[in-house]
Amino acid sequence: MSTQVTTGLHIRRSVQLTIDGQSVTVAEGETILSACRTMGTEIPTLCFGDTITPKNACRVCMVEVEGSRVLVPSCSRKVEPGMVVRTDTERTDHSRKLVLELLGSSVDLSLTKNVARWNSEYEAEPIRFGKPAAPTNDRDEATTGHHHVADGSSVVNVLQPVKIDNELYVRDYSKCIMCYQCVDACGEQWQNTFAIGVAGRGFDIRISTEFNVDLTDSACVYCGNCIQVCPTGALMFTSEYNMREAGTWKEEEQTQTDTICPYCGVGCSLTLHVQDNEIVKVTSPSDHSVTHGNLCIKGRFGFQHVQNRAE
Amino acid sequence: MDLKVNSSVATRDERDAVDSVLGKPTQYTQGGTRTEQDLRISRAGEALRNLRHMLLPTLHAVNDHIGWISRGSINYIAQQLDVAPAEIYGVASFYALFSTTERPKRQVHVCIDLACRAMGGLREDELPEGTHPSPCLGTCERAPAVLVIEAGNPARHEVLAPATPVQINALAKGAWPEAEPSIVSATPQADDDSTKLVLLGRIGKVDPLSITDYQQHGGFVALRKAIQLGATSVIDEVNASGLVGRGGAAFPTGRKWGAVAGQPAFPHYSICNADESEPGTFKDRVIMEGDPFALVEAMIIASFATGCEQGFIYLRGEYPRAIRNVQNAINESKKQGFLGDNILGSGFNFALSIVRGAGAYICGEETAIFNSIEGYRGEPRNKPPFPVEVGVFGKPTLVNNVETLVNVLSIVNDGGATYAALGTEGSKGRKLFCLSGAVTKPGIYEVEFGITLRQLIDLAGGLRSGSTLQAILLGGAAGGFVGPDDLDLPLTMEATHAAGSSLGSGVVMVLDQSVDMVDQLRRIAAFFRDESCGQCVPCRVGTVRQEEIISRLAQGVQSQDIEMLRELGTVMRDASICGLGQTANSAIDSAINKLKVFAQ
Amino acid sequence: MVGLATVFGAGGGTSSYQEVETTDLIVMWGSNARNAHPIYFHHVLKGIHNGAKLYSVDPRRSETAQWADLWLGLNVGSDVALSNTIAREIIHAGLANRSFIENSTSGFAEYAASVEEWTLEHGSKTTGVPAEAIRELAHALGNAKTAQICWTLGITEHHNGVDNVLSLINLALLCGHVGRPSAGLNPLRGQNNVQGGGDMGALPNKLPGFQDVEDDVARTKFEKMWNVTIPPKTGWNLTQMFEAMEHGKMRSAFVIGENPAQSEADGAHATALLKNLEHLVVQDIFLTKTAELADVVLPGSASWCEAEGTVTNSERRVQRVRKAINPPGNAHDDIQILVDLASVMGHTWKYESNEHVWNELRSLSPMHFGMTYERLEDLGGIQWPCFSLDKIEPSYLHGRLWAEKLEDRGRLAPFSVVIDSPPVEKTTPEFPLRLTTGRRLDSYNTGVQSGGFESPLRMAETVDLSPEDAVSMGIVDGEIVRITSPRGTVVAPARIDDGLRPGLVFMTPHFPNEVDTNLLTIEAIDPKSGTAEFKAAAVRIDKILKSDARVPVAGE
Repeated sequence: MSTQVTTGLHIRRSVQLTIDGQSVTVAEGETILSACRTMGTEIPTLCFGDTITPKNACRVCMVEVEGSRVLVPSCSRKVEPGMVVRTDTERTDHSRKLVLELLGSSVDLSLTKNVARWNSEYEAEPIRFGKPAAPTNDRDEATTGHHHVADGSSVVNVLQPVKIDNELYVRDYSKCIMCYQCVDACGEQWQNTFAIGVAGRGFDIRISTEFNVDLTDSACVYCGNCIQVCPTGALMFTSEYNMREAGTWKEEEQTQTDTICPYCGVGCSLTLHVQDNEIVKVTSPSDHSVTHGNLCIKGRFGFQHVQNRAE
Repeated sequence: MDLKVNSSVATRDERDAVDSVLGKPTQYTQGGTRTEQDLRISRAGEALRNLRHMLLPTLHAVNDHIGWISRGSINYIAQQLDVAPAEIYGVASFYALFSTTERPKRQVHVCIDLACRAMGGLREDELPEGTHPSPCLGTCERAPAVLVIEAGNPARHEVLAPATPVQINALAKGAWPEAEPSIVSATPQADDDSTKLVLLGRIGKVDPLSITDYQQHGGFVALRKAIQLGATSVIDEVNASGLVGRGGAAFPTGRKWGAVAGQPAFPHYSICNADESEPGTFKDRVIMEGDPFALVEAMIIASFATGCEQGFIYLRGEYPRAIRNVQNAINESKKQGFLGDNILGSGFNFALSIVRGAGAYICGEETAIFNSIEGYRGEPRNKPPFPVEVGVFGKPTLVNNVETLVNVLSIVNDGGATYAALGTEGSKGRKLFCLSGAVTKPGIYEVEFGITLRQLIDLAGGLRSGSTLQAILLGGAAGGFVGPDDLDLPLTMEATHAAGSSLGSGVVMVLDQSVDMVDQLRRIAAFFRDESCGQCVPCRVGTVRQEEIISRLAQGVQSQDIEMLRELGTVMRDASICGLGQTANSAIDSAINKLKVFAQ
Repeated sequence: MVGLATVFGAGGGTSSYQEVETTDLIVMWGSNARNAHPIYFHHVLKGIHNGAKLYSVDPRRSETAQWADLWLGLNVGSDVALSNTIAREIIHAGLANRSFIENSTSGFAEYAASVEEWTLEHGSKTTGVPAEAIRELAHALGNAKTAQICWTLGITEHHNGVDNVLSLINLALLCGHVGRPSAGLNPLRGQNNVQGGGDMGALPNKLPGFQDVEDDVARTKFEKMWNVTIPPKTGWNLTQMFEAMEHGKMRSAFVIGENPAQSEADGAHATALLKNLEHLVVQDIFLTKTAELADVVLPGSASWCEAEGTVTNSERRVQRVRKAINPPGNAHDDIQILVDLASVMGHTWKYESNEHVWNELRSLSPMHFGMTYERLEDLGGIQWPCFSLDKIEPSYLHGRLWAEKLEDRGRLAPFSVVIDSPPVEKTTPEFPLRLTTGRRLDSYNTGVQSGGFESPLRMAETVDLSPEDAVSMGIVDGEIVRITSPRGTVVAPARIDDGLRPGLVFMTPHFPNEVDTNLLTIEAIDPKSGTAEFKAAAVRIDKILKSDARVPVAGE
């Protein structure tokens, strides 16, 4: 979908650079990642989302840029004229492999798209760091700047109980890779509610309400814009969570249909995910000028009235 | 914003603490009492958004007065600053000196870091009840060190070093340490009149609290000269001097100044990075405690040259005496017209203030400083854009280390060429080294670049009697180890670089045969794990895996563990966002490769 | 819609959402968009983060007001007074856009004379807003390069709603804040297709595409296509229909997707009139209170997910709705129901698809002509007008007003003299409190849709009152109280809200089955728009004494 050009002409200069030996010309302001995608070169990304300013926190998209001492995050680095980029060197591959292993050894990536494929492509074996430690339930009480010194007998991770404190969505931070997207979507970049923030430091870093209060005691307005951007399934509609628990979630059988929200007059685009004639989840197209992937509680969760059919 | 705060309410004392920084709220929505006016108008928006940088000082005030930061206080701060509680919690929980759970008013921070460990200090598992472990307190010349903080209005902060276990126990039970000894004890060269010291010249000779004394010893001469020369010529002199940054990155100072001065966006800001936290580093502390006016003067000159009307000294929270002395220097300088409007009739206006750190090594990273000053979590930003273009508050910003700045005084006084004549081709001028560990006279040493490691140790009286050299840590935890064979290494940037090490912040930590090297490595690994901001995967998880592997190696060496460490080091160096992750493996790597610590 | 159509000839917001992101000044007047239009407010927030100043005019310190650089808490129904005062200050401060006024507007002299009495002091006294705050907003408007003036039902749901709108249009004309990128006037529509309903001619005086029913050329075009004769005169609006029911002039009604038994002001009265009809047909997806009164109920489909079609949003963007699920049981596509009805009544309407209906509309409505389904799909919807198949018009309306040549400017935009007219129902010693109504974030209108999902935010209906009133009446948070207006009594828990000032209370229409707020509201109608004064009734709150043996039920 292209966006409507409304006023004036935005003339962007083009930039020529070299990627993997191939010369490529893209518009000024594009990132290395988008240039690579233009060329059809796949670069793995985990924390990157198309509605949020890249945080480049995961570091799986690193590429080599000539003249740079360290690798460069392709998702956020803007192209420059004459830039020489390599996406498939020993260094980049090593870096991706290790990042996949580090995340894989500390986070449940079972619902993160493409990870299995990338693991095999980059020969990543998260298990080689050692036996995973048992889940804990005290990550929210960590003392900043202090930790129990590791004895090395098992490798620590973020596995913890699922947080279920409201009817609409669950938070399974065992799956959280700390991409920051939910915080940015809840905060300044979109919703500006700031119900969740990043708390703690280092490995104890976590997504949290103030003092880890339940969502129902927080500022949360249940817009679900955090769920929309979550790349790992850490944030999930209760409907999806329950169906997955019951083994009835069949993504391959679902249809996705774009329509418009039935509530107020803003006219937000909805994507209805339907399984067996039931709406099971609602998202919004990220490239639409009205919503940019965002909805409010009514648009995101207010669909039940068309399927409260049982009498 | 449409704040939602829960029902927890700040106590009277908590409100007073907040108000001591922000003033009493002027409207109901900010937590004031409701007046007729509040029924008809309220003001939020940009005026309140511009207060965000007050968050860190406000959290300090609550933490200082009360001892911890409660839900009620965060709610009240949220109202006063129009910042959501979850955001404030995120910031408060970033810093090690703050607590978001109730704790005793008395906090005894016992340094368990490299130098103190090497000097018989306690380890994390040996601490008496009522105390807790602290990363390097930057008092390595008197190791082992303890910082005592007692919440109250005002809060009291004092360092005790050296501290015996008996003394530490007493502190935990309520004793209060005597005032620290004179700072001159940290500069052994001061006793030797035959050495002409420039950077340390005034320390021990002037009263650090007296602006008159400072002026009688050459103070503010450089500032007058700088104003006479004009901004451009000052930058020319700095360029000519060949001075490079002394914080570790060694970027040419003159180039940085020129870049900031030339930025079309205004205002420009200047920041002195005084968040000295690299284990084994204490030179900036000694300057700030012993010659604080010199730093203030140098900041004025730097800001004059680069067109900054506002400056910040981001000063480590664990440095109580430095904070007191620099604050006094700022106050006195303001009174005498060296700060404020139209300084010395030049038409140049400059405001300078201290931003106190709250226990985060990462905030010494030049972009993390910006976030911390602005009231956000001290996480590094991506570069580019570089600080000279987009720095604090999104504006061009000059960031210089304390030692770098103080060098500027002699450059302005004597000319850049004179300065450039000192040292070697690749390392010009004077350098401060922080000697700690098993030397006879630990402390800060001022030398001309070019001196060898052996000569420097000799300057410090050689090894303590009974000590034999095992290893030397150069550049701190982010630096690297060298061994007894490297004593003839010239301490220049080029020579240490060629030797696979770095001068970093000037740490020379001498470890003798009594030191358990594996224990040192475990501490280095633990340090980086504690201090990682957690933003990027290679550092957040890499530092954890590194510590786990070293713990395993300590129990029995497996070659695949060594290999995995090497792989971790590579990804951390290649792919971390900032210098912390990029160097988190370097000392460990050098210990394995050079010192063969885990050789089978 | 009436106000904008009167001045500019087109009844739609003049700007696109994205323009609020790049404007200098945003004025949200009688609009709590943060709650009522959350995603529009995202665009406002972008604007704020880009440096725009936000002013909020609202009796309540609403969630929107809490974002404002300045909130002005005016008396309910004093909007015209405030606007006129601002206008006078702009004129006297020399901040009026003289050249725009001269080139592109008419009636300025008369208007200026009419606001002359509205000194800051006079305005402050009438509105309750401190003079300095009024002055600040006036100067902000006068000095802004571009401004977006947005409003919602806080402006229109008054007995003089159209005058309120005209008074805001006056301010835009005064400063030239219309017809340019990022400058404009934007009514935020309360319902998802209220704009589309107007676009499609669901107005008493319009044919689809805002073509006047009294315009012979336009009407003939439709008559030819439909092969019928269309009555050449304006019909009734909803209010007039109820009046006609009252006088026996209207005896049957066909209600599609509306719940007037609960959504109309003075609901008891509306229900009685509907009951009185000889024949009532309701087509809906719910068995609403209105449907319960009907002789015939036609089960329709949910247009947004069980049918194909289009809707129009508040920025005039026509967008596709699509069928994602099958309607339940015997429910049918709404268009199919109408076609079937026509067939029973002896007319054969042949449409192959809903798209076919749309294409017929396109052929009749020039402003929709360029909007094929394919283009709507490709472009993520298209804002009207869209006259051609290969072009997109500017995202803002009325650029003509800024044309160099007079002949290109079209009809000049007239200033309107508007007279302050306080709410019809005055507060009295018997009914000392001013009741105003509005929406909560997670609920919608009478709750038939939003009641379908569990919301962690939802509280049952409450009567919100200021902390001061709670203290003076001895009411605690959550206490069940009785609320009485001259028309009825309801019972609800009290909720203390410090966004309210003494004397002002707030309720919503979301839970009519439990607390029928519209039993309290007044059926004082704006003759120009037919909208009732939902925003201003006079009420009394009484404690329910323990000695009351029986708790009165709603509607009693």
